[in-house]
Amino acid sequence: MRFSFLNLAKQALSAHRNWPEQWRFPETKASYDAIIVGAGGHGLGTAYYLAKEHGMRNIAVLEKGWLGGGNTGRNTTIIRSNYLWEESQGLYEHSVKLWETLSEELNYNVMYSPRGVMMLAHTVHDIQVFKRHVHANRLQGIDNEWLTTEQAKEFCPILNIEKNMRYPILGAALQRRGGTARHDAVAWGYARAASAMGVDIIQNCEVKGIRRDANGAVTGVETTKGFIGTKKIGVVAAGHTSVIMQMAHVRMPLESYPLQALVSEPIKPIMPCVVMSNTIHAYMSQSDKGELVIGAGTDAYTSYSQTGGLHITTHTLDAICELFPVARRMRMLRNWGGIVDVTPDRSPILAKTPVKGLYVNCGWGTGGFKATPGSAHVFAHTIARDEPHPINAGFTIERFKTGRLIDEAAAAAVAH
Amino acid sequence: MLLIPCPYCGERPELEFRYAGEAHVARPADPMKTTDEEWAEYLYFRSNPKGIHIERWRHISGCARFFNCVRDTVSDKILKTYKAGEPRVDLKQFEKGAN
Repeated sequence: MRFSFLNLAKQALSAHRNWPEQWRFPETKASYDAIIVGAGGHGLGTAYYLAKEHGMRNIAVLEKGWLGGGNTGRNTTIIRSNYLWEESQGLYEHSVKLWETLSEELNYNVMYSPRGVMMLAHTVHDIQVFKRHVHANRLQGIDNEWLTTEQAKEFCPILNIEKNMRYPILGAALQRRGGTARHDAVAWGYARAASAMGVDIIQNCEVKGIRRDANGAVTGVETTKGFIGTKKIGVVAAGHTSVIMQMAHVRMPLESYPLQALVSEPIKPIMPCVVMSNTIHAYMSQSDKGELVIGAGTDAYTSYSQTGGLHITTHTLDAICELFPVARRMRMLRNWGGIVDVTPDRSPILAKTPVKGLYVNCGWGTGGFKATPGSAHVFAHTIARDEPHPINAGFTIERFKTGRLIDEAAAAAVAH
Repeated sequence: MLLIPCPYCGERPELEFRYAGEAHVARPADPMKTTDEEWAEYLYFRSNPKGIHIERWRHISGCARFFNCVRDTVSDKILKTYKAGEPRVDLKQFEKGAN
């Protein structure tokens, strides 16, 4: 049932008791035309675009836990496209453009809010790097502008611009079209729209193995719900990508690290934008519920534990208290960790693999949420046509062999 | 925060250490004869296991020496540390009750 004013009024007559379930809970079929491993935003989005733009309706999304329960439900929801290199700008800007109409597209309010993302410069090196980003972005027609310290304060009035800070603010780069969206709604919106087109979303179904024929091509997956046949597998498993790819004996240039975030008690609106500071390892925005959403850097070591050290969040809160003295007496309600898969050049891999029928979308590291629609869109193209979309053509595994890296360590904006 | 038993100094908090990635990744012996694939494997490709991982740490704020550490990446429990240069440990001894 579509969400519309008319349907809202109709359902109100029965006290909203008769809304149908948003997606189906189907049994697995014996085989599918394509299987997506991982029902996060990227995986569900891939299924959605496969069904919508490539006419592949006989597909399934397999999820070990529940949909949107991994990094999609754990991230700090920041959206921006102010990356340095043309390849990245193409990919992230493609995504921002899809964000702008995603709620209408999915008939689901993903609460995309282009409130502006401001990245603070604290050192001369920061100024040089951010100005380089500003110019690189403007050459590609992507909005990004340089602000003086006073202009930064004007844009975010709770910012501390005193000169006696350990790392005083020397300026900032602002992308006005950047912002936030509601992370759960993105997963739910894609799930609902994909399910309505016939995509089977199978939750609590863990992939245990990948079966291949004599020529090495994939023939299906072994799961906790039995064998399911398919000729195309798209792996969108974030932190667990290395584990899944190992099942097909493909080694990946990935390491999985814990990344932590935390939220404060909800308060009245005090923060009109997103503020990020790479140098002192903190970023913050305010959710519509009123919580301050705060992100930290990754832990030092690889792990699948979905927890991290308290000293990492403490370090981040030190920075937050210095940048926003107003937050010093606030209480933090929850903190948590997710497992992010980091590539050596901090750019994702969206590509075919050496195994026929096996495709991989991974390596988003600390910043995959912003790319959800764009990544899903071009990955669906890659799977359906068995060749990359021009936008993701450079994001191969082979780039680590040829040396054609896409180094976004500075733009990744999170210490790792 | 991890408590890491440095084989030289004993157990110390993680803050005194720097993580240095997967252990026993040997630099190619003859660079001139090493192919692009082999360089990529050495530089970028990692096993990244969910389970027992052998990794290097450096006690940067202590003895400043590198050493190897066997850790379960599911529980983050450290199972053993040993000095750099000692042979790679046999993982079989850790498989039982690893988690």
